[in-house]
Amino acid sequence: MSTTATSPVKPQPEESHTPAQSAKPVTWKLPVTLAVLAVVAFIFFGLLGPQGTAKFGVSSGGDFFQLPAIEVPAFLSGMVLSVILLGLAGYALVLKANRNQRPPRWLPVVFTVVFVVAFLIWVVGGARTPSISLAGLIAGSVTLAVPIVFGSLSGVLCERAGVVNIAIEGQLLGGAFTAALVASLTHNPYAGLLAAAVAGALVSMVLALFSIKYVVNQIIVGVVLNVLVSGLTGFLFSTVMQSDPEKYNSPGRLPIIDIPVLSSIPVIGPILFKQSVVGYLMYVAVIVIWIALFKTKWGLRVRAVGEHPQAADTLGIKVNATRFWNVTLGGAVAGIGGSFFTLVAIDSFTKEISGGRGFIALAAMILGRWNPIGAFFAALLFGFADNLQSIVTIIGTPVPSQFMAMLPYLVTVFAVAGLVGRSRPPAADGIPYVKG
Amino acid sequence: MTENTEPRHSAATDPDPIPADQATAPELEPLEDDEAFVTSLDTAGGAMQPSAVPVSTQSGHLGAPEESESVLRKIFTGNGMVTILAVLLALILGGLLIALTDKVVGTTAGYLFARPSDFLTAVWSAATSSYVALFQGAVFNPHGTGVAGQFAPLMETLTIATPLITAGLGVALAFRAGLFNIGAQGQIIMAGILASWVGFALHLPVGLHLLLVLVAGVVGGAVWGGIVGVLKARTGAHEVIVTIMFNYIALYLLRYLLDTDLFQRPGESTPISPILDPSAVYPLLFGSQYRLHVGFLLAIAATVFVWWLLNRSTIGFEFRAVGANPKAALTAGINVPRATILVMTIAGGLAGLAGVAQVAGTEKVLTDGVAATYGFDAITVALLGRSSPWGTFAAGLLFGAFRAGAVQMQIQTGTPIDIVLVVQSLIVLFIAAPPLVRAIFGLNPRKKKTATAGASKQAATTGGAA
Repeated sequence: MSTTATSPVKPQPEESHTPAQSAKPVTWKLPVTLAVLAVVAFIFFGLLGPQGTAKFGVSSGGDFFQLPAIEVPAFLSGMVLSVILLGLAGYALVLKANRNQRPPRWLPVVFTVVFVVAFLIWVVGGARTPSISLAGLIAGSVTLAVPIVFGSLSGVLCERAGVVNIAIEGQLLGGAFTAALVASLTHNPYAGLLAAAVAGALVSMVLALFSIKYVVNQIIVGVVLNVLVSGLTGFLFSTVMQSDPEKYNSPGRLPIIDIPVLSSIPVIGPILFKQSVVGYLMYVAVIVIWIALFKTKWGLRVRAVGEHPQAADTLGIKVNATRFWNVTLGGAVAGIGGSFFTLVAIDSFTKEISGGRGFIALAAMILGRWNPIGAFFAALLFGFADNLQSIVTIIGTPVPSQFMAMLPYLVTVFAVAGLVGRSRPPAADGIPYVKG
Repeated sequence: MTENTEPRHSAATDPDPIPADQATAPELEPLEDDEAFVTSLDTAGGAMQPSAVPVSTQSGHLGAPEESESVLRKIFTGNGMVTILAVLLALILGGLLIALTDKVVGTTAGYLFARPSDFLTAVWSAATSSYVALFQGAVFNPHGTGVAGQFAPLMETLTIATPLITAGLGVALAFRAGLFNIGAQGQIIMAGILASWVGFALHLPVGLHLLLVLVAGVVGGAVWGGIVGVLKARTGAHEVIVTIMFNYIALYLLRYLLDTDLFQRPGESTPISPILDPSAVYPLLFGSQYRLHVGFLLAIAATVFVWWLLNRSTIGFEFRAVGANPKAALTAGINVPRATILVMTIAGGLAGLAGVAQVAGTEKVLTDGVAATYGFDAITVALLGRSSPWGTFAAGLLFGAFRAGAVQMQIQTGTPIDIVLVVQSLIVLFIAAPPLVRAIFGLNPRKKKTATAGASKQAATTGGAA
């Protein structure tokens, strides 16, 4: 089908027919973005930085050895860090201007880390109580990132096979609802977890059916599915769940499994070894999906289907069947992520409980360049911003909490416009395959 | 640019490999033909010679202008009967859902085999009573006081349809240029912010004030949409992602502003703005008993404008050309980045009109629920309207009726409003997949007679899947 022509699902600047026209903005994008960010950092974190000291607690009470809190002078470190940012951006600019080279791969990563640290010091330094617990901040970020990670993994699975998945939000919501309902009826949260995966897979199957069998535009199906799941869960919540919340909407929580000794390691202990089943599953899923996609025959076939379905078909790979099962699997993964809302975070379902995290997951997938590990770290970044927002409201900083909430979305816009320009989605992403 | 581009147009699309597979199914026009379909990339609604159509998209028919075979057209169009059947099917499924969760149905199901008639009656009455209440709340209420009261629901429908239509037009226009504008929500919010500020902070003479409110709102939406266009055109950022992100950015900006002295009503602790000046709000159309305001007339005007833009103007032709095949459009000398920016700006402006209708018409204040879910509903409205201006208008009226009726339905029968979301999304899903609807209603024998559009497509697809 000629969706290629009519719905430019993924722009591919590199492949443009007029390199002279399009090459320039593509290669200038990253240095210019970095430069803008560095200047912003210099003005706000440096010149207008707070004068006090920022205090970061590292250890929490239960750790088996205590580390001293880190105290940094906010103004000085803001200056130093923003000058480093300026230097990095300048280096990228010089590389582009003089040698027409792309900056090395580590540069954006280092830039991001330094930027986040400078930002953190600036926020905490200017707060009424300039002290936060770093351990709590990171642990909270990981917790908030769990559904986003699952959602972005779902996106990776679908889009690597060439199906755009805008319906992540619907899969999360469907998973959350089903988990709550089934766990309440069976009095077993693990049954709820399983049911959530099934529900996510069912939502995904509708996406697969319409986009693969009926060749409906995948973005349309995704958008509509989100509305459909939102309406269905909202309707059933009002009619079924609220008629008897005791019976239908009290799923109980999945227990937090504390691995002795290991969970007492400062900072990383609570993150890695003090999670619910869903939390542990997240780490497993990230690693398994990464290995499966990039180190196995199956993964090679999936990626072939996503990059060049004609070639894959020629070699005997069943393109549409591969896509169908990949999308279904993706839905199951997102469904498990959805169960986090009702089985771990809160022990009941409410309307729209996923609150747009499916869309953040989509952004995390893109920021992570369609790679499970990248998506994981991008999701962590969003979880971090989400968590920081609630902490900021507590410690009382000059930054309005609404701007903190806005941050992940702004970062994503910057990313898709500037930083992600070099990576590209799977070539056949969003293009239905019709043998012919 | 009528004469000059002709040869280049045909030359540009000829080597394009994609339309080739569609040339294999040229017989699909007779089935899929439809009045609204004529608005495709054919003759700019008759303004241009039919030969301006890319050769590869022409079929052998003489006389009547043929529609292009671009996929967006196929997705957003279908034949009229499929639309009606899709609505019917969605309503039936929605009714089943209502019946399934109904208490009387549940109890009668307990003795289903003893007295099945009880069960069937309960199912029927549960579904129909909800829909009757929906109709009474949306169109005509026989229990209303006097003629005015009886038609009050219809007026409410038109009021709610106003922002749906204008925002839907914005989404539809972008669709026609091949862009998925998911950002109507954010554009409505930005328009609401600017329009309401002009409305309550400035105190200007009657007439001028409303005009300025209108301009501020449209500009707010247009800028918010235009930024997306610029990002798309200059950096290749995908508009779906950018518009989704911009929705959230606009929402948090609104929440922030409602927290500041600039926007928060003095003496209020809740996030709500002062009431707009009387000189800044739309006059009511039929007196104070209805909420219907002049914004509805503007929505009609906007529909005419979009129709003119798409079918009678050079810019609109460029939009459709870009939507049909950006590469071909580029080769034909169309400035694709400019068209992208322009179409997103106009789309944002149209959504902005919806924001103005909200703050200066229906609500008269700015709250963080100013856009409600109009921006997202606008997408389904545009899809249901098959991205044609009048189709969008009709779809906006239908969904406005659903919205207005749902409130009444919830009061009378206790059926939650969410059922409307289910029905709406099912309608769009079914319309997008005509073969499915035909299969459900047993209309598929057609495919044996002729290699028709949906059928041949379906056959090809299942062939690919097998």
